[in-house]
Amino acid sequence: MFASKRLSKELIKMQEHLPPGISIFKAENLEEWQMDIEVLDDNPLYRGETYRLKFTFGSRYPIEPPEVQFIEVQATESAPNSKRPIPIHPHIYSNGIICLDLLGSAGWSPVQKVESICMSIQSMLTANQKNERPPGDSDFVTYNRRRPRDINFLYDDDNV
Amino acid sequence: MESDDDFMSVASSHDDFLGTQGSDDESLGDDFGDDFDGGFSKDKDIVTTARKPYEVDFKVLSPEDIEREQNLQVNEVSSILGLPPESAAILLRFGRWNREKLIESYMDHPERTLDDAGLGTNFELTPKTEAVPGFMCDICCEDGDDLETYAMRCGHRFCVDCYRHYLAQKIREEGEAARIQCPGNGCHMIVDSKSLGLLVTDALKDRYRTLLTRTYVDDKENLKWCPAPNCEYAVDCPVKQRELALIVPTVQCECKHHFCFGCSLNDHQPAPCQLVKMWLKKCEDDSETANWISANTKECPKCNSTIEKNGGCNHMTCRKCKHEFCWMCMGLWSEHGTSWYNCNRFEEKSGSDARTAQARSRASLERYLHYYNRYANHEQSAKLDKDLYLKTEKKMTSLQSQSGLSWIEVQFLDTASQALQQCRQTLKWTYAFAYYLARNNLTEIFEDNQKDLEMAVESLSEMFEKPVPELANLKVDILDKTAYCNKRRVILLSDTAENLKNSEWTFNVDW
Repeated sequence: MFASKRLSKELIKMQEHLPPGISIFKAENLEEWQMDIEVLDDNPLYRGETYRLKFTFGSRYPIEPPEVQFIEVQATESAPNSKRPIPIHPHIYSNGIICLDLLGSAGWSPVQKVESICMSIQSMLTANQKNERPPGDSDFVTYNRRRPRDINFLYDDDNV
Repeated sequence: MESDDDFMSVASSHDDFLGTQGSDDESLGDDFGDDFDGGFSKDKDIVTTARKPYEVDFKVLSPEDIEREQNLQVNEVSSILGLPPESAAILLRFGRWNREKLIESYMDHPERTLDDAGLGTNFELTPKTEAVPGFMCDICCEDGDDLETYAMRCGHRFCVDCYRHYLAQKIREEGEAARIQCPGNGCHMIVDSKSLGLLVTDALKDRYRTLLTRTYVDDKENLKWCPAPNCEYAVDCPVKQRELALIVPTVQCECKHHFCFGCSLNDHQPAPCQLVKMWLKKCEDDSETANWISANTKECPKCNSTIEKNGGCNHMTCRKCKHEFCWMCMGLWSEHGTSWYNCNRFEEKSGSDARTAQARSRASLERYLHYYNRYANHEQSAKLDKDLYLKTEKKMTSLQSQSGLSWIEVQFLDTASQALQQCRQTLKWTYAFAYYLARNNLTEIFEDNQKDLEMAVESLSEMFEKPVPELANLKVDILDKTAYCNKRRVILLSDTAENLKNSEWTFNVDW
């Protein structure tokens, strides 16, 4: 109830206007949305690519943060431009899980919205120079069975 | 002869040896006659006349005591600094209740201190909820001129409904209280208790207060929660972390649980916390498996592959590196000559070096096992004694009906059982302690004390297992033995604590 009211308002606003490089891919219900983002400057790591973010909302959104992660989509023959890889970044695991303090309960503010999260992630990519995955990526991807919200990330790096 | 007090501390012998600061059992004393003669009065007098070397001062605090103590400090700082109490509380929590340092820092840089603590400096406004024309809430995106709203002194305004949801989430789901920040993005203003009082339900206020009390105890070095399940008491003890090498601060909660104030583990006197930690780790991890391997196998002298000889002659050819050596002396096989399958070459250098390493690890394993077996044995026996303790009550009932003794006259079994538990607990840890103890003039006295206590405990344990009809006749013996056990325990603990305090022990490890 709380969540759906706020989400419908967000959706109406986003359908009117969205910042450059951000678009709605799917927002058919009020539980899961998918957004496409592009990095607009000339960062060679991300040039020419589009990435897809999946948002999962709980009933307590926006008091509680949504679950946000990248998802991978393979290109098909009929739609060669539909490829959506997982961006390379020292805070993004190769399975799409993002380590970002504003998505944890301590860094989250209920004033944040889908649009502002997309912008934060966009700028997190823009600022990155390192062509690398987080340390321990392969282990994490192999062994992690938890949902992103249940993982205790240590936000130790404020530089990226 | 004996006073009621004397009797009570015998009946609840737990209180007896670890300080009775927290208990006020005396009021019950009137229920019992004066004619109970345990022959304890002398021991009792020795025990209570002065604090033993192994005892520490402590005080048990109820949840109400903790809150009272907290409020006292808040009000004091509030009046010294001229701040509202709810702000003083935030300041104190920020400064981890170090009053002097906090006041000093406030006097030097009032604005910076307030800012760092998440308070802000504008104290003129009295916070209240109000409707603001033309307002739209950033959380729910609702607007309306009659929408009730609230903002703390930082000015971030939200509707009361969203604020309420936000606080409920923080308190109930995330267990936060002392450091709940303004919902505004990037605002570090802490939600004070007055704002909270305006916004949330009474049930949530209670939860909030409980959580605050929890952080108060966690923040203060001289306070610790009793680790017993469902116990709500905390213990106040002045022993500092850095003193733990010289003292083993065992305390007893109101709920009767004995624990170490230093590490919150069960009573582990006489072994200091650090040694206990090392010992538990040693027993837990598989470093001893490695020791077993080295005691039961040998390594190829050339490539160090581990080899277990499971039969055959002494002429070994390593499967990996094809090195040929003699299993007996570990020396080169070529030095044995061509047909010499019976090794008697003990003095060769190549062999003796390899053997010394082997012998050393074997000896170390045996030494560990010596102490571990005794440690584990007392742990196991304490468990068995505990099972027995559970049967004690039944035993006591049947003893009453079979021998015609009154309830009060069979209490000696309860006393004996408790003494057994406590003495075994102590004995158990003397073995871990002894494992790390390097030999000096004092270790012999320690081992004598250990032996005396052990013998006393075993013979009490044996009496305790006798069939019910015999128990009534053994009453005097059991009482005597119980007293003797307790006395031996006091002697052992006093001796170890005294020497620990004066750094007289030497240990074979660094800690």
